[in-house]
Formats: sequence, C-alpha cells, structure tokens
Amino acid sequence: MYKILKAEKLAEKIYLMDVEAPRVAKACQPGEFVIVMMDEKGERIPLTICDFNREQGSVTIVFQSVGAGTEKMANLKAGDYFADVVGPLGNPSEFVKEDLEEVKKKKYLFVAGGVGTAPVYPQVRWMREHGIDVDVIIGAKTKNLLILEDKLKEQAGNLYVTTDDGSYERKGMVTEVIKDLVVNQGKKYDVCVAIGPMIMMKFVCLLTKDLNLPTVVSLNPIMVDGTGMCGACRVTVGGEVKFACVDGPEFDGHLVNFDEAMKRQQMYKSEEGRAQLKLQEGDTHHGGCGMCGGDN
Amino acid sequence: MDVLKKVPVREQDPKVRATNFEEVCLGYNEEEAMAEATRCIKCKNPKCVAGCPVAIDIPGFIKEVEKGNHAEAARVIAKSSALPAVCGRVCPQESQCEGKCIRGIKGEPVSIGKLERFVADWARENGIVPEKPEKTNGKKVAVIGSGPSGLTCAGDLAKLGYEVTIFEALHEPGGVLTYGIPEFRLPKERVVQPEIDNVRKLGVTIETNVVIGKSVTIDELLDEEGFQAVFIGSGAGLPMFMGIPGENANGVFSANEYLTRSNLMKAFRDDYDTPIVAGKKVAVVGGGNVAMDAARTALRLGAEVHVVYRRSEAELPARVEEVHHAKEEGIIFDLLTNPLEIFVNDNGWVTGMKCIRMELGEPDASGRRRPIEIEGSEFVIDVDTVIMSLGTSPNPLISATTKGLDINKRKCIIAEESTGKTSKDGVYAGGDAVTGAATVILAMEAGRAGARGIDEYLSGQ
Repeated sequence: MYKILKAEKLAEKIYLMDVEAPRVAKACQPGEFVIVMMDEKGERIPLTICDFNREQGSVTIVFQSVGAGTEKMANLKAGDYFADVVGPLGNPSEFVKEDLEEVKKKKYLFVAGGVGTAPVYPQVRWMREHGIDVDVIIGAKTKNLLILEDKLKEQAGNLYVTTDDGSYERKGMVTEVIKDLVVNQGKKYDVCVAIGPMIMMKFVCLLTKDLNLPTVVSLNPIMVDGTGMCGACRVTVGGEVKFACVDGPEFDGHLVNFDEAMKRQQMYKSEEGRAQLKLQEGDTHHGGCGMCGGDN
Repeated sequence: MDVLKKVPVREQDPKVRATNFEEVCLGYNEEEAMAEATRCIKCKNPKCVAGCPVAIDIPGFIKEVEKGNHAEAARVIAKSSALPAVCGRVCPQESQCEGKCIRGIKGEPVSIGKLERFVADWARENGIVPEKPEKTNGKKVAVIGSGPSGLTCAGDLAKLGYEVTIFEALHEPGGVLTYGIPEFRLPKERVVQPEIDNVRKLGVTIETNVVIGKSVTIDELLDEEGFQAVFIGSGAGLPMFMGIPGENANGVFSANEYLTRSNLMKAFRDDYDTPIVAGKKVAVVGGGNVAMDAARTALRLGAEVHVVYRRSEAELPARVEEVHHAKEEGIIFDLLTNPLEIFVNDNGWVTGMKCIRMELGEPDASGRRRPIEIEGSEFVIDVDTVIMSLGTSPNPLISATTKGLDINKRKCIIAEESTGKTSKDGVYAGGDAVTGAATVILAMEAGRAGARGIDEYLSGQ
C-alpha cells in the first residue's frame, strides 16, 4: 500500500498527489513515469512523475480525470492509499544521460500543454539545478485549466503563458508563441521539448520541422504493464515499431507517426465511456452501457 | 474397469463452458483417483520419473494414493515440487512422465497428471501446509520474478534455511501463472494463490511492484541491500509481432496483452475496471498453448474465433489436450494459412485480414516441415480483431542494467544448465529468461538447479 501524503485540486479535473513510494523516489529521473492502481479492481494507469522528494521517499503525480478510473482516483484524500505504485518506468530524458558540458552549450525550449505541464516541471527543475536557463511555454485552454505556473516560474529562465481563449496572458496556441519567439524575436534554440496532448505535439512538431528545430516529445499511449510485456503502447517512429514504455516515452517528435498514435489512443474510448456512464448512474444504472445486460 | 484405459476425468460440457470462465477439467474425486492409482504397476526402474524434469517419485506417491494415504502422497510430491496443483494441470504430461509410462505401450498410460492434481487439491482442501525451517542461516538471497522458476528456486532455498525475497514487477505474484494462463485452465484464487501462499509459508517474502533494472538494479541488491546471491527468473515477456502492414491498427493485440487484460486485470469480469475488446470475429495467429489460451478466452467473451496457423495440425506446438478442448468448444482452425496484411478503416480499426494458403516442404532447422506459400492463393478473412501469438523473447531490462552479465544473440541470459551460474559472480538464472519461451515445468527444473547452484556457492563462503 502506498500512502497519499498530500492531495490537491490544481484546476478543473486536474489533481496533484504526493505519494509515498520510496523505491521510485530513490531511483527516478526526469522523463520517467509510474503506473498506479487505485485498488485491486482498478486499471493500471500510467502517469508521468511531476516531482520527487528523495529524503521523504515520495513522488508527485498529476492527473486529469478523464475516465472511470481517474474519476474515482480524484476522490482520494491525504491519508488514503493507492494499492499499487510501480516504477520508475521508461527512460530518463536524453539530457540526463548526456555530458553536462554539452547540455550547457545548448539552448532549450520547453513547451507544455495542459496536464502535460506536469512532466515538463521536473525537467525544468533539473535544468535549474544544473545552472541552465531554459525558456518555457505553458499553454492551457483557459485560465482555470492552467497548472504549475508559479512552480515553473521559479525554475525557468523565461516563462511564457498562453491560453486558447485569451482569458489569461497571451491568446492563442503554443505554436503561435513558438513562432513569435523564433521568427519575430529571432531567438535561437537547439532543442525543443514538447509535452502535452497528442494533437498539440503533432502541430508543434510540424512547426519545428519547418524551423529546423529538433524536438523531443513524450508519449503517453494506452499501456497495461509498462515493462514491455504487452505491446499495447506500440507507436511507429521513423517507420519502426517502438514500445513507448521501454523504448520511450520520449522520442524524436519529427519521426513519430502522430495520426496512428492518436487513433490508437481512441481504442477504448467507447468502453471507457461506458464504464463512466455506469459509474455516474450508480444504483440507478439499468442499461445503456452495453455491458450490464439492462438493454435486453 | 478396463485396465488398458485411464479412468475418465469429468469435464464441464463444452457448450456450457464455452460461455464461462470456470475450470474446464473437474479432476478426479477420491474414488476415481484410487481406482486410477491401481493401474500403476510400480516399475522397479520407473521411466516416468526419468521423464519428469523435477524427478518426482511418481510410483511412490501413486502407491500412497492407492492406499488412501493422500497426506503422505502430498509429502512425497512436495520433496520435488513446490507447485503440484499447477503442474498437475498445465504440464505436458503426454511428452514427459506419461509419455514414458510402461502402461502406455499397450493401452493408455497411467493418468499421472490428474493424480498429481488430485493429491495437491486434496492437500490444500485438508489444510496440509509445508513446514517452515526452524531457523534461517542468515544468508540473504534475492529472486527476481515470481513465476514458476522464481517460486521453485525461492521455495528450495527457504527449505535450506536461506532468507529469500522475491521481487515481482507486476502487482500480483505468479508470473505467467497469473497473467498468462487463463482461469478456465488454472484457477487463480483456488489454485495459484494457495500455492504461492505455500511458498510464503516457507518464510519467503514477496515484494511486488519492483522492476529490477529500473526500481533497483542487481548491483544495488548485491552491494547495498545485503543480498549475497541473486537468481534471475524474469521470464520471456516481450511479445513478437509479424511486421506486416496494418499491425498497429486498433483491434490488433499481442496474446500477452489480451491475456493480461483478461487474467491479471480480470477484464472479463464486470466488477473490474480494465476494458477488453471482445470482438465479434477474432483471428488468433499462431498455434502454441498461448494461442489456444487467447482463442478460448476470446470465445468465452462471445466471439467467433479462428486460429490461423501456417503449418498443419500435426505441427501445432500446443498440447493435444488443449487443441482438443479448443475444437470441442467451437474454435475454427484455419491451418496452412499465413497472414499477409491487416486491412484498416479510416478510424484505424481492423476490417479484415489478407492471408495466403501454404503447403509443407522439406523439414527446416526445427525438424518440422517448412511452410511454403502457394502462389495466387491469397484470400481475405473477415475479422474485426486479430491476436498475435507468435512467441515472446526475454526482456532486456535486466541484462542491459547489470554489469558483467552475458547474454546470447537472442537476448537470453547465458547460464549453466545444472547450476544456473551466469557470467557474473553470485548471479544465477533460469527459466524462460535463459531458454526463451518454454514450459512451466522446465522453468521449475531450472529454478531448482539455480537453488542448488546458489547453495553450493554460498555454502563455500
């Protein structure tokens, strides 16, 4: 059992939790992820690690409640437990393994979208700890969905915030900020790290390809075990099939087949939606989900 | 009673069982077991024992069953096997003990597997548990993986007095017994969990959710956590795909994924959250035991199921009993057929699979006749789900993170067969991690060898 030390609602449907997981906290690096299970009957849910505290033996996870599983998870409070937390899984970000002097020579641009801001945070924090100033763009649909702005402000060199509806700071998509920085302001970047919804990463990559800016993306596809066993997370990268859990989760964004990845992400949407319906209706549920037999 | 024939074993009716996940084979009751036991002629030089990878004293335990001393029979088996209720169900007895049985020359061999199962089930139902050694020798051994080889190795070492901790990557122990083999062949709560509990009762600790190579490395276990030896029984978990067009479509799964969803995550039950695509018409590609398990799972979830295999029935690697059960339940076998391409609609879902007919040519390296495509024989199977069951290979996570651990070109760990000794001092390995995908009982044999090797190594220190 893994105790929840802190539970906080960051924004509409977005939650942050500090969870006791000493082995993960000791070993984890920016870029890696965990899999959590709320209880014995829950799903195995992959979540990127937002932060970690090696002394306290805890990791911070951030998730958006999108399906039946995460909806239930959102109700957990400090003092409650996750049945299972396993990790760290996947590979650390490329720069963690690179020669530090080489990393210091490069100018990094981080692009975070929505709940994808969470996995960007430990990477930016790592940069700050190693004395590297990086630029960070956070994009959110609207002001109420913006997360971790203050935490990132502490760690970033320049922070740019944009909202799709213009309810806060700049108005527009993250791609417009990238264009503004690179084309209008003439900023030079050597590496872009973009993490967010699949559709955002796709459009960032289309743009950075034009700008000739190498771009790393972090994929969070459907997974079961997270250790290379099931192949549910397979993605096509540069024409080759890769498993996001053991070969990723970070890949060269210019080589990822996003269209296929987006279709694969939809796979259980109908099943998930059905489970959601059942959950919301509770005892009054009597059909419509296609699973309970109430339709017959 | 016809002495040339086995006492028949009761099974669930095929029509009924095709719609549920209850165990197919119901096993012998006491009367049936004692009757079957009389068929054993107690050979002086028993060939069956030689045919058993862990050399169970087969005539010895059968003699006790015949007399009604089932507790004693359980003790005889326990000397050689930690997982008799599992082995009685999933061992390929026809090619091992029963394949060597003298009775089998003129008639049917003694039903050794069903007798082993009877004894193990009887022992469990009557509360017989293994005895924990009085005190430990204070030496710590880490076992990686809680599948058949890890459980066997851990059990043997615990009996010798070692303090053993098993590290398991998933949230439930058991390895392939838990995530791979379906409920209808190997019930989890009734059979697998009690056998794992028996290993725990010997004093073994099981720590779940630890991915060796990620959460902690073997070098850290040896240098920082005080373990004096390590046994790697991490299995062969990476699924293979064919590399044909359309294979990443929605509705194409590895058998590992499909079975893990159903067995480990219990997606077949409404009260568990994990979803599974049931499919209306499913093709399972491959002919091994795992393919049969996936096919019969899909059938129980309500699909019409085709097993697509490129050779003929004679070459099917699955056990005869599994193929027989699958056919009885209504699985359709499309033999001498090989997939070429999976058709995909605009939303990314499978709409069909293009196949080609095959014929058998000369024997290949495996000794089986090589399948050759028949030109111009392409045709399309109308399916919405495809399950690839083409075998698995060892996970490189451990070998890639352990200094000085040699692997071969198939990514299998190189280890001595009789001791499990690897190229790294204090590190032993066995089971599918060494051999590539094989059987439960061979993994158990390797776990036993590893325990012997580790005991020799640590006794000398």
